[in-house]
Amino acid sequence: MLDITKKTKDIQGFIFINVIRALFFILALLLILLLGKIVIEGASKFNIEFIFSSPTNNMTSGGIGPAIFGTLAVTFIMIIFAVPLGVFSAIYLNEYAKDTFWTRIIRTAVNNLAGVPSIVFGLFGLGFFILFVGRGLDNVLKTGLLFGQPCLLWASATLAVLVLPVVIVSTLEALNSVPKSHRDASYGLGATKWQTIKYVVLPQARPGILTGTILAISRGAGETAPILFLGAAFFLPTLPVTDICIGDYCIPMINPMQQFMYLAYHIFILATQSSDPSKTMPIQYGSTLILITLTFLLNITAIIFRYRFRKLLGKTK
Amino acid sequence: MKETKILTKDLNLYYGQKQALKQIAIDIPANKVTAFIGPSGCGKSTFLRVLNRMNDLIDNVKITGEVLIEDVNIYEKNIDVVNLRKKIGMVFQKSNLFPKTIYENLVYGPKINGIRNKKVLDEIVERTLTQAALLDEVKDRLNDPGLSLSGGQQQRLCIARALAVEPEIILMDEPASALDPISTAKIEELIHELKSKYTIVIVTHNMQQAARVSDQTAFFYLGELIEYDKTTKIFTNPAKKQTEDYVTGRFG
Ligand SMILES: Nc1ncnc2c1ncn2[C@@H]1O[C@H](COP(=O)(O)OP(=O)(O)OP(=O)(O)O)[C@@H](O)[C@H]1O
Ligand SMILES: [Mg+2]
Repeated sequence: MLDITKKTKDIQGFIFINVIRALFFILALLLILLLGKIVIEGASKFNIEFIFSSPTNNMTSGGIGPAIFGTLAVTFIMIIFAVPLGVFSAIYLNEYAKDTFWTRIIRTAVNNLAGVPSIVFGLFGLGFFILFVGRGLDNVLKTGLLFGQPCLLWASATLAVLVLPVVIVSTLEALNSVPKSHRDASYGLGATKWQTIKYVVLPQARPGILTGTILAISRGAGETAPILFLGAAFFLPTLPVTDICIGDYCIPMINPMQQFMYLAYHIFILATQSSDPSKTMPIQYGSTLILITLTFLLNITAIIFRYRFRKLLGKTK
Repeated sequence: MKETKILTKDLNLYYGQKQALKQIAIDIPANKVTAFIGPSGCGKSTFLRVLNRMNDLIDNVKITGEVLIEDVNIYEKNIDVVNLRKKIGMVFQKSNLFPKTIYENLVYGPKINGIRNKKVLDEIVERTLTQAALLDEVKDRLNDPGLSLSGGQQQRLCIARALAVEPEIILMDEPASALDPISTAKIEELIHELKSKYTIVIVTHNMQQAARVSDQTAFFYLGELIEYDKTTKIFTNPAKKQTEDYVTGRFG
């Protein structure tokens, strides 16, 4: 007789699933504890005044305005360097470059670069941007010591180099996910390569590119190690801003040649070189909360893009 | 009296070291339907792609010999591939609509040709949908995603899309292989309608289909053109034993 009512015993599967479940709960618990601690300790500082004002009394009071500004400024310039370069490099690698020995080496190199520890990028930035490019520029332009010192520009450039491989890799993935049949359809209708990329490939890859890029940026914005010796300052009374004047009209602009305060570095300083831990501890938690909120906002944006992309695909399937 | 549209001479194609087409010489008439038949892997799709230079997109392909379309060798250096492909439309085995609306799919070709005028584009949409016998089914939903159509409708939309750039030749690679009998019948009917204006080359695995829609049939085997003749001749009285075995289904 056919017996289909008796349950098949899958003991291995049962054990496996429950171990995974237990591990998952431990992980979730750790995460909640960590975030909860930061939120509770930092909440008192989560206000407009803290966000906009400068540190005072040797950082034992006041806000973290300059550090937030510095972080945003560095990130902004990093985006200008890294995103166009990364996206276009990926388009070139995926769409134009032939599959040769050299392009394979480049692909492998890009993948490996994405895993290099960030301190190495910091040393690279110091050696390449400040000492080689900066000092070189100073020598050629006879500007004394203008370019050849740590500043916002080189910190941004170094972070750009750090996130570049990540941008390239995620863009490559997004481009690769566009089916060949869609490209064939476009070529078959007499489109040129660039038209095909512009009207068929990029529109489909765009959400993927955006998601990957935003995640890369949020990674860059939270890095501390690479900017340690690239211009992040312990304390600066003024923002790295200079007025650019045309006649009587003056607009404040980010001055990339100055040093800057930086959230992640600020937290590091507060944690390691505090003059009075009992007073700096709340500031440290507040700063952490704000840094986490910033990266969280970036990640949320990425998630929204991905969600909308899925919806678009779901509707069309 | 028939006029030659496509003529190939001594055509060889290599994928790397591997020869996929051997000494193909064929003479495809204008305003007729020519069917390519043959077992899987014999080079039908490869040959079809030779005719609009889609193989240019694949690395490591080497082609020797001549392909003349209206007496012009399309593998000559001064040939503009993009313009060539506008003249020679292609419909693929699996429908490959863009993830865009029905309307956008249809105007894609005209738009990349620089047509921006909305009225002209609307006319093209209406004309091609009528030609593809799809107008009644989709006229109220032109702004729906193309991929929301049924499989058969999608494939007919692909044909309509190909017609939108006003080609002279239409290459179809097993256009009905994934479709139900009714959709297949519609596509065959469509092919029949189109042949007065276009030269059609169709690859098919379906013998009945080849017999029904085509005027000429070419039988390929292992990269060679074994026999090429009037469809009635190929199916009733083929000259070669291999052809006979294949069309009667006695193939080893
Ligand atoms: N891009 C490619 N690279 C290398 N070899 C290929 C490539 N495309 C096709 N081939 C080979 O060339 C031969 C002919 O392939 P083709 O696709 O033209 O066959 P076909 O007659 O269309 O088969 P089917 O009926 O299954 O579609 C096959 O042996 C195939 O493996
Ligand atoms: Mg094929």
